[in-house]
Amino acid sequence: MAKATFKVPTLCQYPQVPPVTPGTMAHSSPFLSKPEFQAPLGFPGELVENWQERAIEKMGELLTRYRSLRVYLDSCVKCGACTDKCHYFLGTQDPKNMPVGRQDLMRKVYRRYFTSAGRLFPKLVGAEDFTKEVLDDWYSYFHQCSQCRRCSVFCPYGIDTAEVSMAAREIMDAIGVGQKYCNEIIGKVYKIGNNLGLPGPALIDTLEGLEEDVFDDTGVHVRYPIDQVGAEVLFVTPSADFFAEPHVDGLIGYGKVMHESGLTWTFSSLASEAANFGLFIGSYENMRKVALRIREAAIQLKVKRIVFGECGHAWRVGYSFLNSLAGPWDFLDPRYPVPQHICEFTYDLIQQGRLTLDKSHNDDKVLTFHDSCNVARASRMGDTPGGQFEIPRAIIRATCNHFYDMDEETIRDRTFCCGGGGGLLTDDLIELRVKGAKPRMEALNNVIQEKCVTHMVAICAICKSQFTKILPFYGMEMDQVISLHQLVSNAIILTPRDDDADDDDGAQGRADDEDDAQ
Amino acid sequence: MPFLTELYAYVFYGAALVFVSGLTYKVVQYTLTPAPLKIPTTPAPTARGGVVLRMTREVVLFESLFRGNKWTWMFGWLFHFGLFLVTLRHLRYFLNPVPAFIEFIQPFGVYAGFAMMIGLAGLWARRFLVDRVRYISACADHLMLALLFLIGASGLMIHFLVHTDIVAVKTFIIGLYRFTLNPLPADPVLLFHLALVAGLMVIFPYSKLLHAPGLFFSPTRNQVDNPRERRHLVAWASRLERP
Ligand code: HEM
Ligand code: SF4
Ligand code: SF4
Repeated sequence: MAKATFKVPTLCQYPQVPPVTPGTMAHSSPFLSKPEFQAPLGFPGELVENWQERAIEKMGELLTRYRSLRVYLDSCVKCGACTDKCHYFLGTQDPKNMPVGRQDLMRKVYRRYFTSAGRLFPKLVGAEDFTKEVLDDWYSYFHQCSQCRRCSVFCPYGIDTAEVSMAAREIMDAIGVGQKYCNEIIGKVYKIGNNLGLPGPALIDTLEGLEEDVFDDTGVHVRYPIDQVGAEVLFVTPSADFFAEPHVDGLIGYGKVMHESGLTWTFSSLASEAANFGLFIGSYENMRKVALRIREAAIQLKVKRIVFGECGHAWRVGYSFLNSLAGPWDFLDPRYPVPQHICEFTYDLIQQGRLTLDKSHNDDKVLTFHDSCNVARASRMGDTPGGQFEIPRAIIRATCNHFYDMDEETIRDRTFCCGGGGGLLTDDLIELRVKGAKPRMEALNNVIQEKCVTHMVAICAICKSQFTKILPFYGMEMDQVISLHQLVSNAIILTPRDDDADDDDGAQGRADDEDDAQ
Repeated sequence: MPFLTELYAYVFYGAALVFVSGLTYKVVQYTLTPAPLKIPTTPAPTARGGVVLRMTREVVLFESLFRGNKWTWMFGWLFHFGLFLVTLRHLRYFLNPVPAFIEFIQPFGVYAGFAMMIGLAGLWARRFLVDRVRYISACADHLMLALLFLIGASGLMIHFLVHTDIVAVKTFIIGLYRFTLNPLPADPVLLFHLALVAGLMVIFPYSKLLHAPGLFFSPTRNQVDNPRERRHLVAWASRLERP
């Protein structure tokens, strides 16, 4: 059981909207970035002298760059429809975590400096000067938004608080107030190629180890190639997949699916990270720079297709933005969408009857599925709207016998964020992460009670890491969250290839072969 | 009473000017501001036609609000639909001859007036009764409801209690088109009603009433979900590609 220095919310059977309790999370802020993490991203190292002026200037610039920001700051009628939709409000009761409460932190500054009403009658329309106190509030509460877009589903104008949070973070970065977690990670991507800072040789090592493990398990040589020039498919996946549980079991599954597809494929050490934290800090320039690595890798490795592994925000950037940021992709095979999600890929193979799956291999589990927010509300899979809900479920149904969805109000486009998205997956925000997970934990707890669910499937590296960490706070086990492709991996019956019987290129030991010969 | 007539004539010319120019300015500003990334709230339509349908459902039925909060939806929809019919009904004071359709809806327009008031009352009550909505309500939000409520109440009063010379009012309005001043009846309730309407026109482009044009420009609602099929690139973003 994890120890907490704060009160872990009690789970209720029926969702309850808590009473407004101002200030409960005012103390929550992530660690500030340091000058050495700011510089590589092109941001000032610390709070600049004329910060107020610079911030207003930056805000003015963003207002001319992003229609969303301008329209959303103007349009809110304070109808309140969004007020009970954010998991952070539901978990913390802090009204500044109501989506409109969060937006208002920026809106009051916008009104003061950019609208006639706010210049003339600030009190009347709730306009305020951009003071140090307001800036502190910004830093605190714009880092209590996981940019999950649940609020935008219910707002009559589709006001997306994520857009506002991203803009706020970009403005803060421009005056030297960055968040350590995100900015340090983006720096690692530039320097080393992935969020975890795993260098190429370490990746090669890990993948060789995996090949051995899979051979031990199955007697089939499944390859996990990296930097293989001329492969057909470039596989881009979040770096957590390379070693952390439960991620790596998913990666093993990807390899098996690729093996069955018969296509040649490869990871890339240059683009060994699918996630793009440029999104979280709202910086188009940084997001673009991170995305361009994938283009570079695709050109270098002369691939024909790009497939993304399981990762929510990565898929948002991949599906929705990659074409804008790093396209056009006219040098790739035009018969396939760029990029493709591994779920689309696996689903297609299932449809074509090219995967042999034995569902009973997952009979020790009763499963439910967590729709990751950015897959659900900011992207698609397949050709029809809503494919992002149906395709993963179809794969689950094809690979196991016991599957139950959680309450309809908490899945598909109404899914609740895991509580750790949007650049908040850091230990300095653990209280927020635990509290923000409450609505998801409630729905999960209900299916555990009613349907004896044992495991929750996720298709996002952040969701998986977050749940692994916070499940114990709610009295559940950390290994109750698993990768979708772990199910596939368990169920798949591999087709042996000619070289499986042969001694191979030395990666596998003698003893292993003997074990397998039985 | 020529002074009043003149005053109201100028007030309405001024209000109309502010309303039209202010709104045009905002619409032009929204149009000229690019949306660099594809951000429709998904599942979203994959073709233009679907987007038109989605927008229509939002504008006519308040679909998202319906999913979000049934009470607010009910009162909000009553208010807006009422306001819409009332506005249509009012066209008979602005058009000569009065189109048959406008004649037809006259009786409904009166009921709509009541619907509008009930809707407003419900919305206003929420601002006091629901703690979350109370927290987000600024002075301006109450004043806006008060303004609309008073416009509605004075309008209904004119209809049911303190009749005015409606023919003269119409003559006054039609006269304004040709810059001729015809006398406006000096009934206090009418003058109050008209003054508030002028006020509403003036604040429209400078307040949250911008939600009306804003909805049509909301990228999460008006974008087509086709980013993999079509490259979406705006001018400032394409400049980054030529360093
Ligand atoms: C395209 C046309 C319009 C659409 C789609 C639209 C839609 C909406 C929606 C969905 C709401 C939120 C629910 C509610 O609080 O009622 C709202 C609020 C509001 N609308 Fe509109 N509206 C439109 C035009 C107008 C116009 C022309 C006016 C006034 C002259 C107006 C006045 C208001 C007011 C005052 C509120 C806030 C009500 C409150 O305080 O709770 N709307 N609108
Ligand atoms: S985007 Fe998600 S986290 Fe942010 S305010 Fe909206 S519901 Fe809350
Ligand atoms: S739902 Fe939209 S319009 Fe209503 S209060 Fe929230 S952000 Fe504002």
